[in-house]
Amino acid sequence: MNPFPFKSVLTLLLSGTLAMGSAHLAFADDDDDDDERGREKSGWFDSRETLAPVVNATYSEECGACHMAYQPGLLPPQAWAQIMTPDALANHYGDDASLSEALRTEISAFLGANATDVAQQMAPSGASNAGAASGSLPRITESTDFKREHDEIPARLVTGNPEVGSFSQCNACHRKAAEGNYDERWIDIPGHGPWKD
Amino acid sequence: MKRQLAIVLLSASTLILPATLWAADPAAGAAGWTKEYPQADGSAARSCVTCHGRDLTQPGRQANTGKVIEPMAPSVNSQRLTDPAKIEKWLTRNCRWTLGRECTAGEKADFIAYIKTQ
Repeated sequence: MNPFPFKSVLTLLLSGTLAMGSAHLAFADDDDDDDERGREKSGWFDSRETLAPVVNATYSEECGACHMAYQPGLLPPQAWAQIMTPDALANHYGDDASLSEALRTEISAFLGANATDVAQQMAPSGASNAGAASGSLPRITESTDFKREHDEIPARLVTGNPEVGSFSQCNACHRKAAEGNYDERWIDIPGHGPWKD
Repeated sequence: MKRQLAIVLLSASTLILPATLWAADPAAGAAGWTKEYPQADGSAARSCVTCHGRDLTQPGRQANTGKVIEPMAPSVNSQRLTDPAKIEKWLTRNCRWTLGRECTAGEKADFIAYIKTQ
């Protein structure tokens, strides 16, 4: 007797059991589905697609008042330090974002402390060179990683798209960017739709 | 005679000057709201209207980021003018960005007085 059909049935049963098991795991989780995705991520997805969510209320309030509160992990600590000097805040990419000394100190500490690990991850490809050469402030959009991830996106979908306007509006297309989730499956470009690499 | 005149002038000015400096004037605030300031770097002239609009009961839009700014008028946005630290922070930033300098205490008082009437 050919052992093949038996083997197939066994495989089917086994994968069925596994699938049910993981489905159970997913649905039994009381938390929102971020937890579940986080678990998947550590497995077979590029871990860089999720970043530690923003966890400082002062940072969210003060910086989030004008733009998405970018995850500290998007820049290395020295870049945040440059951005957070009183002079740099007074001319913050063309806006005055001056803070009281107390707020500035608190936010700087939060950014510095949470930038470290991802900075190491990004350093070889050069988030460290993000805008540093020109003496201007570092930009997330100038990092090598950012450019590589976005080099195929036509300008008309971003800078030419009134609903997006700029690459700095992460959350305009990455619908879960505010939660630190940049996974491709949550991309929805206004007026265009999903984007598959 | 001269001495008397000097005393009169001096006392009059000590009485009147602080009043003109500190009395909040909604009309002056309204005029300041729409006054345009040319920019040294060649960018378009700015006023409060640039981001907040003329009608304070309507939302505005940040000129650089495009972010929607909730209405400034307390009559439609009860959160406005409730947090002194927030008021001071934004008046400092926005005066520097728009006028190219910090506003005087009198100018700030006028803006607040104007916003209160909206």
